[in-house]
Amino acid sequence: MFGYYLELALRSLKRSPGLTVLMVLAIGFGVAASMTTYAVFRGVSGDPIPWKSSKLFVPRIDMWGPNDSGHVGDPPDALDYTDAMALMRDHRAPLQSAIYLIAPSVIPAGAGRSPIPVDGYAVYGEFFPMLDVPFLYGSGWSADDDAHQAAVAVIGDKLNQQVFGGGNSVGKTIDIEGKDYRVIGVLADWNPQPIFYDVMDTGGYGGGDGPGVFVPLQRAVAVNMANVGANECRVQPVESGFVGLQHSNCVWIAYMAELDSAAAVQSYRQYLDDYAREQRAAGRFAWAPNNRLFDVPAYLEQEHVVPSDTKVSLLVALGLLIVCLVNTVGLLLAKFLRRSGEIGVRRALGASRRAIYAQFLTEAGMIGAGGGVLGLLLTGVGVLSVGLVLPARLAHLARIDPSLLMLTVLVAVVATMLAGLYPTFRASRVQPAWQLKTN
Amino acid sequence: MTVHPILAALRRHKAGVVLIVLQIALTLAIVCNAVFIIGQRIERLNRPTGIDENNLLRIAQAWVGAPSGDDSASVEKLDELQREDLATLRSLPGVQEVAASESLPIQGMIWSGDLTLTPDQKGIAVQAAYYYGDEHLRSTLGVHLIAGRDFNAGEILHHTIRGTDASPVIIVSKPVADKLFPQGDALGKTVYQDGKAQPSTIVGIVEQLQTPTTDSWGNPFAYNSILEPVRLDGVMASYAVRTQPGREQDVMHEARKALFAANPMRIMPDSWGVQSFSEIRAKAYRADRGMAILMGVVCLILLGVTAAGIVGLTSFWVGQRHRQIGVRRALGARRIDILHYFQIENLLIAGIGVVLGVLLAVGLNLWLMTHYEMERLPVLYVLTGVLAMLAIGQGAVFLPARRASNVPPVVATRAA
Repeated sequence: MFGYYLELALRSLKRSPGLTVLMVLAIGFGVAASMTTYAVFRGVSGDPIPWKSSKLFVPRIDMWGPNDSGHVGDPPDALDYTDAMALMRDHRAPLQSAIYLIAPSVIPAGAGRSPIPVDGYAVYGEFFPMLDVPFLYGSGWSADDDAHQAAVAVIGDKLNQQVFGGGNSVGKTIDIEGKDYRVIGVLADWNPQPIFYDVMDTGGYGGGDGPGVFVPLQRAVAVNMANVGANECRVQPVESGFVGLQHSNCVWIAYMAELDSAAAVQSYRQYLDDYAREQRAAGRFAWAPNNRLFDVPAYLEQEHVVPSDTKVSLLVALGLLIVCLVNTVGLLLAKFLRRSGEIGVRRALGASRRAIYAQFLTEAGMIGAGGGVLGLLLTGVGVLSVGLVLPARLAHLARIDPSLLMLTVLVAVVATMLAGLYPTFRASRVQPAWQLKTN
Repeated sequence: MTVHPILAALRRHKAGVVLIVLQIALTLAIVCNAVFIIGQRIERLNRPTGIDENNLLRIAQAWVGAPSGDDSASVEKLDELQREDLATLRSLPGVQEVAASESLPIQGMIWSGDLTLTPDQKGIAVQAAYYYGDEHLRSTLGVHLIAGRDFNAGEILHHTIRGTDASPVIIVSKPVADKLFPQGDALGKTVYQDGKAQPSTIVGIVEQLQTPTTDSWGNPFAYNSILEPVRLDGVMASYAVRTQPGREQDVMHEARKALFAANPMRIMPDSWGVQSFSEIRAKAYRADRGMAILMGVVCLILLGVTAAGIVGLTSFWVGQRHRQIGVRRALGARRIDILHYFQIENLLIAGIGVVLGVLLAVGLNLWLMTHYEMERLPVLYVLTGVLAMLAIGQGAVFLPARRASNVPPVVATRAA
């Protein structure tokens, strides 16, 4: 029977090509607009570390106090050096790391090769296991290396290609800012987006190949490898230079800790509050503890990482899809009721209401499939051309993949069949006797 | 023509009427808000920076192997490198003026702070962006000086960004002067920067100078700018270059060559090494332009779909009422009467649609205001939207209505 309905649907669609084309176009454009904006939204709002994001926490300590006009009640967006170091020293989480952005230049061995600018981070050794950073060769460094300010470095795959021509470079020496470091690990491709471990400096997104080099934070501080990321000061540093920044309560250090259970989270909160009370007793803070502890999703939400344009675009596109569907309901209604005579004859010859439903929903589904195919094409064009309208750091996150393509067709067919429900219901209520009489 | 028979007929097509009303209402609501977003973005894009944007370049680079410390030997060495670069750039053909210039309007890199009238940061505090540069900065950027004077060469300091001394003299933009000294007597007065102990004297006032950030957090102080007489020393240094008219491309090319010839130990990537101001502008507003284009495309599709929907449903009604139209014609109705019938019918439906649409548009706007950074929808946008929707309805109904008016009276005599 389904084959017969398909044939009927095809015949009916051919009979009024204008109307058919109109419906297919409406569904196609509506679905494509929604899917294109959805692809962007999905790209920028994805969980960067889904298997672990609820176990990774970002602490915030209020070291500026309630009189700070800029942050009404909320602690500053990062830690100052004093507090970050205190948290590292107390080491209350199984894994944790203070993090700051560096941009050293790497000087390849051999005469006449020009230096390579690299972005990277000064971190602690626990950074790598905590974030499950994948290694091609070697590994991160040990707590011992941190303590001894060891001259070791983890480099990205691209830098490895540039400096050593690829391959296992563990144990080789690399010149960073004129000083020798021993390569201890080479990363596999790693550039999670949003950049959840450093939102303050990146705003959450960065194109390119991800960080190129990591060095022990204490080592970086010792050799005066300054923070190149953002810093925010409530009171200007009294001393100049990078040392002045370390001695100030300017905030510039990102921080992340892994806490595996609710109890661990609870006791870490307690620890932060105890720490703030201690600082108050010591005279550094003059206010009650005002700390926060966000897991990664809550933190990204708090920092408004997903651009609001992306959300508004998605909403507007969904609105467009709804209008297209309302439009389709109207057109299908017109189309189906125009065939009241035919329905009357079928009903009089013994077709059940269910049969009418099957026939007309098949027709709606067929229009949906047509809209879906057009939608696929337009979504492809849309996603490929988001680069023309979006900044590159966001545009490259919108990808076409099998799940997006399947979703496009599914949305088109299901939405059109839903739109076909009411017209089909009306068609099934056609009174055969009345139709036969008037005809 | 009385409206009564139209209403009576519409009552027999409830579903179709409801669908068109809904479609018009939703379309109006979305289009009003989308066009408003477009309007806001265009307004943002057209904000003046206050500088002369033509024939202006930004050259940024980082030295390799340069001292990265804060000690005076390192700072002097870095400053020497910078002065060499400035001299190299000045000697290029096609170059009009060159300045040490840490940042440019809408370029992105921003240092900002608070200006107060007393060192203890009590009283009025004005947040402003700092433009570090030398005595050529104002004239190279082409910013209009409305009072006072430029820095002279003797006043130019040099230190790292983390230097702790306040500049003895500064030039402020007019909004900063007006906020700190509402009487308009800012010139010659002293202010304090970020609670530093030494006062800074305002020696000049410029008319307009946008800050380097276009992010929303910078909106409250978008035109509060301070020129600081400081060549910033650091591993990175950047310069503003004003070229002779039409020489922009040559200078971009020559500057790269000359700087590398003078000192090859430097990094100047294509992405941020040498940029014309028009490139900086395009980058800064890419997201806004993109959003405006996207909203424009959505509006076009929406209006097209809605118009097509009206054509489709009205055509169906015309077909359905073929015989009735024939009867009316046979009873003496003129073709124009039939045409008007469908036009008035559409006006009624669209009228209900736009009333509902206005409510939805305002509701959507309020919702967007609470959840996203959105301003109140001006009445003008809503009115224009209403008129546009009614016009589109009339335009869409015209073809089917004319077809209806062409139904010959003889149809009445035929069997259905």
